[in-house]
Amino acid sequence: MSWLSRNLPYLMAGISVGGQYALIAIGYTMVYGILRLINFAHGDIFMVAGLIMVYASTVMPIYLSIPLVLILTVVIGFTVERVAYKPLRSAPRMSVMISAIGVSYLLQNLALYITGGLAQQYPAIPWISDTITVFGVTTKRVTVITPPLVILLVVLLVLLIQKTKIGMAMRAASKDFETSQLMGIRINSVISMTFVIGSFLAAVGSLLFFSNYTGVTPTVGAMPGLKAFVAAVFGGIGSIPGAVIGAFIIGISENIIKGLGWTTFSDAFTFALLIVVLIFKPTGLFGEAAADKV
Amino acid sequence: MGETVLKVENVTMQFGGVVAVDNLNLEVNRGEIVSLIGPNGAGKTTAFNVITGVYPPTNGCVSFNGKVIVENFPKGKMKKIYMGDPVAVRSQTVQPTPDKITRLGIARTFQNIRLFKSQTVFENILIAEHMRRTSNLLTATLHLNGEEERRMRTEADELLHILELDDVRDEMATSLPYGKQRRLEIARALATKPSLLLLDEPAAGMNPQETDELTAFIGRIRDDFKLTIFMIEHHMDLVMEISDRIYVLDFGRLISQGTPDVVQNDPRVISAYLGVQEDE
Amino acid sequence: MKKNTEIMINVLLIALLLAVLFILERTIPSTSMLFTVLKKGAIYALVAVSMNLLNGFTGLFSLGQAGFMLVGAYTYGILTIPVDQRPNVYMYFEGGIVQFALHPVIAILLAGVAAGIFAYLIGLPVLRLKSDYLAIATLGFAEIIRAFFQWDKLGPLTNGSNLLRSYPSYKSVLFYFIFSGICIALIVMLINSTYGRAFKAIRDDEVAAEAMGINLAHHKRIAFVVSSYFAGVSGALLAMYQTSIQASMFKSAMTYEILLIVVIGGIGSVTGSCISSFLFIILSEWVLRFLDNTTYIGSFQVPLLRSGFRKVVFSVIIMVIVLFFRQGIMGTREFSVSALLGKKKKAKGGEQ
Repeated sequence: MSWLSRNLPYLMAGISVGGQYALIAIGYTMVYGILRLINFAHGDIFMVAGLIMVYASTVMPIYLSIPLVLILTVVIGFTVERVAYKPLRSAPRMSVMISAIGVSYLLQNLALYITGGLAQQYPAIPWISDTITVFGVTTKRVTVITPPLVILLVVLLVLLIQKTKIGMAMRAASKDFETSQLMGIRINSVISMTFVIGSFLAAVGSLLFFSNYTGVTPTVGAMPGLKAFVAAVFGGIGSIPGAVIGAFIIGISENIIKGLGWTTFSDAFTFALLIVVLIFKPTGLFGEAAADKV
Repeated sequence: MGETVLKVENVTMQFGGVVAVDNLNLEVNRGEIVSLIGPNGAGKTTAFNVITGVYPPTNGCVSFNGKVIVENFPKGKMKKIYMGDPVAVRSQTVQPTPDKITRLGIARTFQNIRLFKSQTVFENILIAEHMRRTSNLLTATLHLNGEEERRMRTEADELLHILELDDVRDEMATSLPYGKQRRLEIARALATKPSLLLLDEPAAGMNPQETDELTAFIGRIRDDFKLTIFMIEHHMDLVMEISDRIYVLDFGRLISQGTPDVVQNDPRVISAYLGVQEDE
Repeated sequence: MKKNTEIMINVLLIALLLAVLFILERTIPSTSMLFTVLKKGAIYALVAVSMNLLNGFTGLFSLGQAGFMLVGAYTYGILTIPVDQRPNVYMYFEGGIVQFALHPVIAILLAGVAAGIFAYLIGLPVLRLKSDYLAIATLGFAEIIRAFFQWDKLGPLTNGSNLLRSYPSYKSVLFYFIFSGICIALIVMLINSTYGRAFKAIRDDEVAAEAMGINLAHHKRIAFVVSSYFAGVSGALLAMYQTSIQASMFKSAMTYEILLIVVIGGIGSVTGSCISSFLFIILSEWVLRFLDNTTYIGSFQVPLLRSGFRKVVFSVIIMVIVLFFRQGIMGTREFSVSALLGKKKKAKGGEQ
């Protein structure tokens, strides 16, 4: 039992951070599913959501700044797509990816300018940030509420995709981009919707993530972003349940590795996992195989 | 009739549960022009891709000049879902990459033209010389292979001259008219100095006049370059005119074979193929 | 004969450039910003061209450049710190395990070799991946390399997460120009060789390249290893220029910067990469510096100008280029004397 009590904090932290990665990973997997684009800027959108909260909370009460964060993040995600990706719709995939890297660079430099390069203290959100004790482990409430909240959001998202018209359009677009256009699907609104959902979930993820790790720096989004992307690939890119499961596995694994005293390698582990997956099962856990046509 | 150049035995190609080519057997003899015809989706290009090493077949064997060049049998997950002929299952795996097969002397063209877009006609041809290089990375980088480089360029120019492409030598490959692009693709394949040439729908998208020119061109290169030609084609005039023999594929299965006369009058071909032929 | 005159003109131009640099060094104080810009520009030109060899000429979208620079920089540092300085530098690791020091030039060459070996090993699994998966896998490997070099168990070799310093370095800008120039010339010669033609064929169409008898795996590996070799060399030069290095410098942001330099110069243009490296460095280190300074005109404080604004302006410029001038400065063309004089236009299809 002592083993468990020693490792429980890491396990709990892992589940919690895994849930936060999951919320980011959904944005990656949905965008990739439709546009075949690794949205390198997605992690930075997550960072920007954190910064908005920092500044919003200084001028207004928390219960107003939370909805403001959600709305502004969605607007930014939507704008990024319209400005930086839409003009390149017919360009080679490499150009769009470079544009995504450019956006990431821009957002990071903007953040650097605004913050002056200093880590900003994330405000304590009442109730969520409260300290509680579970199974003898002291932690913040956010650790406990993250997993059920993530599952709730994912269920809602899956319902949206399975039951609504826009969800059907999304599924069609990710199956076959060109044909779905021919079938009269307004592809631009589908793509915008994808970015709106992705950014919204990233904003929720940032609320949870920064309640735990309270320093917001310009590059804070890069690592969680890349990890969430790995989670999406691990789960099978394009698959939402896959991304969520992948994110939980990565969150838990990296915290266990930290618990073992290998902190230096906790990031490297994620990439090692990515590479192993890409080599042995490029379609991930739940992905569908697609053969190249010659 | 010469000796067998290409022999395809029991080739089955299965993508998941879909059988694209089902137990295909065929032979091509030296100096022949043999056509592979069939409705869209019959598995013709897949057969080409198996022969040229793009995909390993699920089962079966391909030999070239009496030597096995591709062979495989169902294994792993495929073992369970294999739907081909259980008697014909092979026992060894030979799986070369496409470039090895090209170096053995089998060249091919593609259904959707695949020229090197950013390069000139001359450069498209010149690339074929790379596989015959004797220089290594160091000598080539330091440009110590002047002799070889001159030979490569001379040979490429000679080929352009023979194939009457020297007037467009320095044009971008993709700026050529469609018919010429097709011809350039054949020229590029010839530059690898093959003994067997596989043409995947060489007349696709051509008008009747261009098709006639192409027919003459194919006959000419067969004689000039001492080639054996195996081609996929939909233009029946072209096929009937120059083929020595024809194989007909439908739903991955061989349904008929023989001289143009025999195939043309085979009721199975008429019902399966000519009956549903689209006017192109 | 026309070709010979062109070579002559180029040789003369290079000689002239070196002479000008030589004179500048004797007339302008060595602390001048000019030399910083020239040295850093030369180093970035090399790494940008090496990245262009992969991304622009072979069509392999790799984002591992910072990782290979790190390997090069560390190899250089580890092999050249004078023995009597080692107890100081490796103070937490009892002077480290390497107890010899090589000549800097030999160490630079070995830095490239070390990066090349890493590239060979990494290439075995990742070069089978396609486009964006290759990008993310190489980015991942660069991160793993960084973690690996910071690992304290390797401290006796790499000094863990502490600085490597006190190694010898050349101060003259000529050294950076000549070294980087020779390396770039080698890359250009490779691109113009039969191997370079094979790389371009792979870039244009992998399937067709294979059908032309080009072994994909072999040629991709060559391009990857050669590119990483020169990234390693540029890493060593960067280490020399900066006089101290730390693994945490070589983050993916560094790779992004190099990528953006390549894009600005034109993917597939060597001279484009060189021009844009110098432009990038001149703008970011020098010309746009004023944007970072709070400025007053009379008592009026110019709005927006303060620390960090330079990089914002800079990223906006980059986004404009990425979105509206996708060909970059040069597209896939090359700058040459004859083209400049309008004698013979060797431009190769601007549009792609």
